[in-house]
Amino acid sequence: MLSEFFSLTVLTGIAYSGIRLATPYLFAALGEMFAQRSGVVNLGVEGIMLVGAFTGFAVATWTSNLWLALFCAAVVGIIMGLAMSYISVNMQAEQGISGIGMHLFGLGLSSLLFKKWLGSTKAITGFQPIKIPILGDIPIIGEIFFNHNILVYIAFLLVPIAAWVLNKTTFGLKIRAVGVKPEAADSLGVSVARIRYSCVTFGGMMAGIAGAALPLALINLFQENMTSGIGFIAVALVYFGGWSPTGVMLGALLFSLVNALQLWIQVLDKDKVIPSDFALMLPYIMTIAVLAFGKRTNQPAALTKPFERGSH
Amino acid sequence: MMRMKNITKRFPGVLANDKVNFDVKAGEIHALLGENGAGKSTLMRQLCGFYRPDGGEIQIDGKTVQFKSPADSINIGIGMIHQHFMLVPTLTVAENVALGLPSSRGMQLDLDVVSKKIERLAQRYGLKIHPDAYIWQLSVGEQQRVEIMKALYRGAALLALDEPTAVLTPQEVDELFKVLRGMAADGHALIFISHKLHEIIDISHRVTVMRDGAVVATHPTAGSTKTQLAREMVGREVILQYDKTDYNPGDAMLRIEDLTVMGDRGQKAVNDASLIVRAGEIFGIAGVSGNGQRELAEALTGLRPVQSGRVFVSGQELTNATPGQRIAAGQSAIPEERMREGVVKDFSVSENLILQDHDKAPYSKGIFLNFAEVAKESKRLINEFRVKTPSPETPIKNLSGGNIQKVIMAREINRKPRVLICAQPTRGVDIGASEYIHQRLLEQRSAGTATLLISEDLDELLALSDRIAVMFDGQIMAILDRNKATIEKLGLLMAGVK
Repeated sequence: MLSEFFSLTVLTGIAYSGIRLATPYLFAALGEMFAQRSGVVNLGVEGIMLVGAFTGFAVATWTSNLWLALFCAAVVGIIMGLAMSYISVNMQAEQGISGIGMHLFGLGLSSLLFKKWLGSTKAITGFQPIKIPILGDIPIIGEIFFNHNILVYIAFLLVPIAAWVLNKTTFGLKIRAVGVKPEAADSLGVSVARIRYSCVTFGGMMAGIAGAALPLALINLFQENMTSGIGFIAVALVYFGGWSPTGVMLGALLFSLVNALQLWIQVLDKDKVIPSDFALMLPYIMTIAVLAFGKRTNQPAALTKPFERGSH
Repeated sequence: MMRMKNITKRFPGVLANDKVNFDVKAGEIHALLGENGAGKSTLMRQLCGFYRPDGGEIQIDGKTVQFKSPADSINIGIGMIHQHFMLVPTLTVAENVALGLPSSRGMQLDLDVVSKKIERLAQRYGLKIHPDAYIWQLSVGEQQRVEIMKALYRGAALLALDEPTAVLTPQEVDELFKVLRGMAADGHALIFISHKLHEIIDISHRVTVMRDGAVVATHPTAGSTKTQLAREMVGREVILQYDKTDYNPGDAMLRIEDLTVMGDRGQKAVNDASLIVRAGEIFGIAGVSGNGQRELAEALTGLRPVQSGRVFVSGQELTNATPGQRIAAGQSAIPEERMREGVVKDFSVSENLILQDHDKAPYSKGIFLNFAEVAKESKRLINEFRVKTPSPETPIKNLSGGNIQKVIMAREINRKPRVLICAQPTRGVDIGASEYIHQRLLEQRSAGTATLLISEDLDELLALSDRIAVMFDGQIMAILDRNKATIEKLGLLMAGVK
């Protein structure tokens, strides 16, 4: 019954899930934004997310300690981010290709370890919703915005923090310079390698956390290839968001709302008026449309270009 | 204050600096003169920490120092103004100045403090600068002031300027010189790198001349003449003035009517330009880089579409013709970007010589190339145009800029063009080759070719042109006869003053 669709409960439900589902997109895309602002595209986000998701799930299964699980996923993300930094900064590899390699590596590794160590899945108890006092009691608004688990709050708090770091700190200034004209930053004694290493590694950590957010805060399960493209969409969101934290957040919300909508269509549309495959396609069609028609006026000029002193 | 002793630097196959001795005192402007490839830039790059010398040492105030990176050199008080500016276009002036410096507020930027200090320094040295402007909004001259400000702000006691006047109008050069003299009077040591002789005589106290990686002479500038400096730089007598045959213009060969061409950013790069170039005439186009000259040349050679207006070559309309149609109509072109648009850099010299006519006799028979004829013709052209190359089969990318330019000249002139579009023919080319290229252009003029000469080098334009148009912001400001064109008049027009 599609008519049910426009009831207040359903619309509130879509908005609530939209915000909740934005969490992995936000973590991954904010991290990727820093990498790209420093001039490196890390296409391996998806692979790092998968390994992060597995790590988070496994540690939570074994210890039931969710914070430890999140920490371990972050550490794994850091390690993979360091590997990506080494490949793109020291080895100056073609970033698109090495990113695909990183994705396939993460996909294979997470599946292998899952089969080897866990085999079957038993759901874990993830982070529980925390109702914010007073604000959480406001009708509708409280329900949509102030009754989420801790990772959702952290993800959204990171947006203004990211903006502050990028625009108001000396470190952010260096990132912005290195991504546009690394030779200028280098001539002033800024280490291009150090900035890019920090940003790509930070992006890796965020991707690890984004991956862990799936079992720990959203689904409570692990499945092979469970990210199903979130990491790639996160890369696209950075373009969509015009390389700014607010833009990235708006993009993440748009995508997660489409996703929530798609889920609700599947639930409510019992007569299959809309084929569920079509609903499933929506987020991916949007990704392609965004990349094809998006403006790139803010693209960092040195994006994907390795830096070598004296070659300019 | 600073002394470089026996500096030696090797690159694979090249001895770029051979036991170079160079010093500069506080309060002094020391000019470093030499052709492209003489080793000036390499020497300076070692002074600012980009390269490390293979031999010799650098002393600051009597103490030996070693620079591991640009940061070390900056910290010791050395500032460098590179030929290609080291500015981030998407950042403001203040942000560019503050980049890499610690802030008074720890992690947080203190751009308001930085702006105040910039304004104080700007006033003291007479540099007009707005701290909140974005770099991409600034003219080239303004960007250069930001570069100087960056060095002053970092407390540079020694400032090295690499070809600082190459991109400026004559008036901007005067203003720069005022600033530099002020800095020297204030006790700064300045190194002024250039190959423009009159500027060196004008600004410097001492001059060091380099040739083939070694120092040829160091002496006070006072009393030196242009001829003497040119001889030291090139190693032989140099012609600074050309003999031109009388100006005897024929029919209008290239006619441009109300031409408008769009630039890369969608702006009108060429705005309603009209001009006529006659047979046997060199028509110069002057202007500061980025005022539409590149787009004009690209539109005339078929590399950029024409928005409106018309172009005729010997009476035939070729407004939006392909490069091939233009070549067939008797037009030749010497492009500004010689490595990108002038040659195929992995091809040999002889392949590059036949690029346009490879499918015509005598280079080919049917679908086959006639290698014997190609070899014979390329040998003849290499000799006639004095191209220095190990063999006709050498990949052209291994040749020097001047020799690559001679290959392009040979190819384009050998076709006996009626119209020649010639952009920045001697940029990055040594004096010897420039001289030769200029002579050949004058020969073409006597032979009746209509030449459109686009150049940022006013000396070149004044030496060769019969008439000179000045472009500013896409518009032709004025067309002057050569005998009425003075440096001052051209300079004002180049700055947009009518």
